[in-house]
Amino acid sequence: MSFVFLIFLPLLAALFVPLLFKKVGKIHTGWFVLIVPVVLFSYYVSLLPTTIHGGNLVSEFQWIPSLDIAFIAYIDGLSLLFTLLITGIGALVVLYSIFYLDKHREQLHNFYVYLLMFMTAMLGIVQSDHLITLYLFWELTSISSFLLIGYWYTRDRSRFGALKSMMITVFGGLMMLGGFVLLSIMGGTYSIRELIPQATELVSHDFFLWALVLVLFGAFTKSAQFPFYIWLPDAMEAPTPVSAYLHSATMVKAGLYLVARLTPIFAISGTWMWLVTGVGLFTMFWGSFFALKQKDLKGILAFSTVSQLGLIMSLLGASAAGYHIDNIAETTFKYAGFAAIFHLINHAVFKGSLFMIAGIVDHETGTRDIRKLGGLMSLMPISFTVAVIGAFSMAGLPPFGGFLSKEMFLTAMLSLTEFDLFSMDVWGILFPVVAWLGSVFTFIYSFYFVFHTFAGEHKPDELPKPAHEAPIGMLVSPVFLALLVVVIFFIPNLIGDWLVKPAVLAMQPFLYDSPEEIKIHVEAWHGFKLEFFMTLGIFAIGFLMFWTLRKWQKSYDLFPDAISLNALYDNMMFLSDTGANRFSRIYMTGFIRSYLVYMFSFVVFIVLGTLFLTDAFVIDFTNLAPIGFYEVVILIALVGSTFTILFSKSRLTGIIALGAVGYSIALFFVIFRAPDLALTQLVIETISVALFLLAFYHLPQISRKEERMRFRFGNALVAIGVGVTVTLVALSSLSQKAMPSISEFYKETVYKEAGGGNIVNVILVDYRGFDTLFEIAVLGIAGIGIITMIKLRLTKKEDQHENK
Amino acid sequence: MRTNDVMLQTATKVVTFIILMFAVHIFFAGHYTPGGGFVGGLLTTSAIVLLMLSFDIATVKKILPINYVTMTAIGLLLALATAAGAIVFDVPFFTHAFGYFDLPLFGKTSLHSAMLFDAGVYLVVVGVTMTIIQTIGEDE
Repeated sequence: MSFVFLIFLPLLAALFVPLLFKKVGKIHTGWFVLIVPVVLFSYYVSLLPTTIHGGNLVSEFQWIPSLDIAFIAYIDGLSLLFTLLITGIGALVVLYSIFYLDKHREQLHNFYVYLLMFMTAMLGIVQSDHLITLYLFWELTSISSFLLIGYWYTRDRSRFGALKSMMITVFGGLMMLGGFVLLSIMGGTYSIRELIPQATELVSHDFFLWALVLVLFGAFTKSAQFPFYIWLPDAMEAPTPVSAYLHSATMVKAGLYLVARLTPIFAISGTWMWLVTGVGLFTMFWGSFFALKQKDLKGILAFSTVSQLGLIMSLLGASAAGYHIDNIAETTFKYAGFAAIFHLINHAVFKGSLFMIAGIVDHETGTRDIRKLGGLMSLMPISFTVAVIGAFSMAGLPPFGGFLSKEMFLTAMLSLTEFDLFSMDVWGILFPVVAWLGSVFTFIYSFYFVFHTFAGEHKPDELPKPAHEAPIGMLVSPVFLALLVVVIFFIPNLIGDWLVKPAVLAMQPFLYDSPEEIKIHVEAWHGFKLEFFMTLGIFAIGFLMFWTLRKWQKSYDLFPDAISLNALYDNMMFLSDTGANRFSRIYMTGFIRSYLVYMFSFVVFIVLGTLFLTDAFVIDFTNLAPIGFYEVVILIALVGSTFTILFSKSRLTGIIALGAVGYSIALFFVIFRAPDLALTQLVIETISVALFLLAFYHLPQISRKEERMRFRFGNALVAIGVGVTVTLVALSSLSQKAMPSISEFYKETVYKEAGGGNIVNVILVDYRGFDTLFEIAVLGIAGIGIITMIKLRLTKKEDQHENK
Repeated sequence: MRTNDVMLQTATKVVTFIILMFAVHIFFAGHYTPGGGFVGGLLTTSAIVLLMLSFDIATVKKILPINYVTMTAIGLLLALATAAGAIVFDVPFFTHAFGYFDLPLFGKTSLHSAMLFDAGVYLVVVGVTMTIIQTIGEDE
């Protein structure tokens, strides 16, 4: 089966969403949408048996063969894992959204169209083997994320958040495209599968480091790594199902996917290892540290997501160490890759449930401000239980999935101290220390999230709505995810064999030939090792600090807002906005006359420059026909009417003289036997003169006397320049025949291949049909432009913003 | 100042039809002799403009109640559909087809899919120029 088309199934389904929303208003549109991820999930699960043993599947669809661009869906352990996350969590999120978004008040058709568009984009990213289509889908996720964050578009914050996320992720995406292009130049192919075997040759290429850094820009912006993470907290303006889906479980993991996918190509480089591990670990610490500053439930989760993404990123970087180690099965270096993928699954599961709980709290109490919340434990017992499970898993407590991967994370970070390449032996000790610090703060904010919301004193007066438990439909998805958190703890090796190991194989193909070779057995208890004591330390210190949180949380206010990264972004946006404005005002005068002067000067400059540089200027009069009587007469008329325009006092005379110029040119076409041109020129002249007369009323009342002499001199210079240029080009092109005339080709083929007789018209509709198609499109745009300028003119006082 | 335009109006009534017929002729003949959708469209426009000059925009709107914006859209779609239609026959975008048929009344006739494309061009040219002229002319 050609499963490449399944990528587009959500997009196809999106076409029917507006129809269903309008026609079947009684049933929540979400129920129809739910079918799509469920069907896709069931299909992709059926591919599991192939990848478990390290197999893969490829399905191709040619898109632009002439440019070698194709949709290639490549399913292996890594892409299938992500595919299952996208469709599986997608199904749960859609189910949750059915109860979260009201079918009468919300614009569901917009919401679900964007969501389905996102699903296609995300599936495209993780399955594409072709770098260019991967980039296409990558930007499509940025666009759909933009639309979803700005879903409540009348809110100022939503639009701000949407723009911020778009600016940052698209910037990264463009950098990444540059990296991809460099990769394809180095390897001579766009296919990731074909690039991987060339890794050892690529590393010595001049572009290698550039490609590496540029690709990382894309991954770091998308996965909200320091310093680009600032868009993620603002993206929390999106409806909560979107935050759970895009901004914790899937889209922000696209960067992780990219790093994992390209690890076989870049892992050989020390820069890669330092950058990915270092940035990841620092982000992990930074995010967890600032999570405690947040007052908004979703804000805490956003920073926690940043931190957890950093954790996984650092593990991916550490997994590159395996490239330089012989006999990896005997060492602890083998854990990093496994831990990265394992924690990625855990994170998607517990963070999804936590986001849904934050949404439920918001929905049922009307606020997400943690200072107003508290004591909800007895009112919302099920939500509380789910929150505890999710948060404990995040803090790394047993018996939840997060404990296992957190232990492994510490093991992997400890192993880096033993690594003796790239001066890791000197600085390596920093990794476990920072990892430990980050884990302590993770522990604290997990407790902060749960207990400041659900424990403590209930403050009903401060809540906009009386709190109560959510409807059962809304609880289904988070409860299911919470169950999964517990289940993973008890069957980690099943998850390991089915999902993690095949993905690790795709990430470290240079180490293993099949998933069975990865000798890792996950155990909850593995003796009194250093990581065990580190975990105990995290629990003890974390608990103490949480206990005293109220005393030291105020110290976060000491960080000034003015020198934060957010302020930097705001200033950059402000400067580029006003700067661009000021710059354009210098030359955008609002007068077409000035613009014509710019254009003509530029034409003269470019054409004369080219003539001079390429030494193309030749004058040769040998092949010219004699000048006849008619030509002289028409020429005199032409020049005469041109001068009339220049010196006429009234505008009406000017218009008529302009018409005369056009008609004389048409006569030239007649004499030189170009009936098509003559006909067109005549009609165009007629119509434009009529148009001028119609528009006469609107032309500005500026008399010529007002303009100063100096200004007219400049115009004269440009005018003479244009005349000279055109003359020189005409003479040169006539005098030298550098290339054979193309008209012979047309004469030969026009009847045989195009079935026509009139070359001019056949060129228009057939040979150069594309040009004509675009030209009439431009004509249409011009028409729309004139309608908007004249009919939809804004009066100055009208409010142009829809701010509420 | 009142002008007497009886002569112009009388002449227009005849001339408009001549121009329109010529426009149609030139449109269809375009593939073999001078002409085509672009010129045909412009000629049609000039006929309508002539009507507008000798009568006035309101009258012309009554005679020809056409929404030129829709006309433009139809023209663009027709052109695009002709070009895209090639995909259905599994040939590259914009491949034209033609053949010669014996039709009653016309005799041996050449039918060409480029004509459909040209019809799109024709509609767009008439639509856009008339949109521009009408919006500018109506605006006071």
